[in-house]
Amino acid sequence: MQASLSQEPKKRLAAVYDWADERLGLTGIIDLARHKTVPDHKYSFWYYWGGISLFFFIVQVFSGILLLVYYRAGADAYESVRQITYDIKFGWLVRSAHSWSANLMVLAVFVHLFSVLFMKAYRKPREFGWWSGLILLGLTMVFGFSGYLLPMDDLAYFATKVGLEIPASIPLVGDLITNIVRGGQDVSEVTIQRFFALHVVILPLMYIPFLGFHLFLVQKHGNALPPSEEAKPMSERRFIRFFPDFFAKDMGMWLIALNILAILASLYPWQLGKQADPLASAPEGIHPEWYFMSQFQILKVFGRWFPGAAGEALGMLLFTAALVVLVLIPFLDPGSKSGRRARTVTYIGLGLLLGLIFTTIWGYWEV
Amino acid sequence: MLNEEVVKNIIDSADEDERDVLTRREFVWLGGAAVGAIYLGAIGYPVYEYLSTPAQRSAEAAAVTQTTLDNAANLPKSSAMMFKFGARPAMLIHHEDGSWSAFNAVCTHLGCTVKYEPEQSRIFCACHGGTYDPRTGANVAGPPPKPLTKFNVEVKDASVIISRA
Repeated sequence: MQASLSQEPKKRLAAVYDWADERLGLTGIIDLARHKTVPDHKYSFWYYWGGISLFFFIVQVFSGILLLVYYRAGADAYESVRQITYDIKFGWLVRSAHSWSANLMVLAVFVHLFSVLFMKAYRKPREFGWWSGLILLGLTMVFGFSGYLLPMDDLAYFATKVGLEIPASIPLVGDLITNIVRGGQDVSEVTIQRFFALHVVILPLMYIPFLGFHLFLVQKHGNALPPSEEAKPMSERRFIRFFPDFFAKDMGMWLIALNILAILASLYPWQLGKQADPLASAPEGIHPEWYFMSQFQILKVFGRWFPGAAGEALGMLLFTAALVVLVLIPFLDPGSKSGRRARTVTYIGLGLLLGLIFTTIWGYWEV
Repeated sequence: MLNEEVVKNIIDSADEDERDVLTRREFVWLGGAAVGAIYLGAIGYPVYEYLSTPAQRSAEAAAVTQTTLDNAANLPKSSAMMFKFGARPAMLIHHEDGSWSAFNAVCTHLGCTVKYEPEQSRIFCACHGGTYDPRTGANVAGPPPKPLTKFNVEVKDASVIISRA
């Protein structure tokens, strides 16, 4: 009697599973997860950074929705952020988590970019993964730039003013485009309203499909191998099961990321400056967020070396050239079978990385 | 060797003799679940407090027992004025004979705000036709199940002081 009682729910559960399986093909998905393996080698650490970027993106969505509950774009923007920071319970923590997670996400995305570059993971058949990744990087930086204005404190105001000078320096159409994006000739509540629409509607609408495509490609092609591993015969390569081994490690990384975020957000809460005043002069040492510091410094230095519009034009030319090189990376690596010999890409990567770090430090030095 | 055997014996005896003792697998699961619960709580509590701040504030506002309406004594006879008592709308009526009444202005039927109609000598809810007596607040017609809550009214110089009955 007792046995039949405990058997009954199990049978029913199995019946429900069979019913759903017939329609959704669950067994296929479970089989895939069970048989999927992931390469394991001494560079494995660098293969977690895409996942870490994804984790911070999820935090951004979650904390962003929470901020949306109280944030008011337009003329009331500063006051609403002041209320979130000082009035609403734990509002300071939600805002701090959103800001810190944004910075950590940009950092993780950069680490991911350079890991992929140095491990040569952009090679055939993964070119589209590389390109969709570059688009995601660009969108991430526009996310950062548009979100930075939304509190409308003095730092946000001047950073946006200065930042918009970069597209404005594009020859011929720069001014026109910038005025449309800005909603006038100066940053105002009109700018906040459209940056807000960009930040919470347009960018997510663009980002999520590219992210889906990017993740689909990772599943389709599996994890890439660094050239040194590829050179080994199959028998010497090590693999771990995707589930539960790799999954557990991935979640472990997410847990570490969550803890770092929690420590930073709670011990170093994000500050809110004075309300932006369009008639006040810029505060001393005004500078953009660290991930725009390199471009900021290059423009500044070029302006010093080449007076007038020439400096800006040369700066833009350099940025464009760097972008073109990044896009063309998969084609600069012709010996795709032995990426080991593709020294060119390694040197380009090192040049970019050192250039970024050097100009960033230089920029902070001069602030 | 000896030590290993002793430990193995202890584990075996624990497994066989005392069924109440946790197995290693159960211990790991339980520990994991406990840590998970702590994380959920550490995230869930701030989020709950963050989202419920306005509800808490409004509950605090609703707890008021008295409010003073400046210059309300000038209200013409046979008319009413709306004011906020705590978080909700309320109504002060100056009757034709010079007496005063004040009520919670939220219909007891489905929560619409009611309206004073001096020519019909009634308080009326436009949503479903609920009707109340303008002096007592009694529900006299329509769907309302309960009378409107009546407040105490005290006229002091030009001000009117409203308090819970």
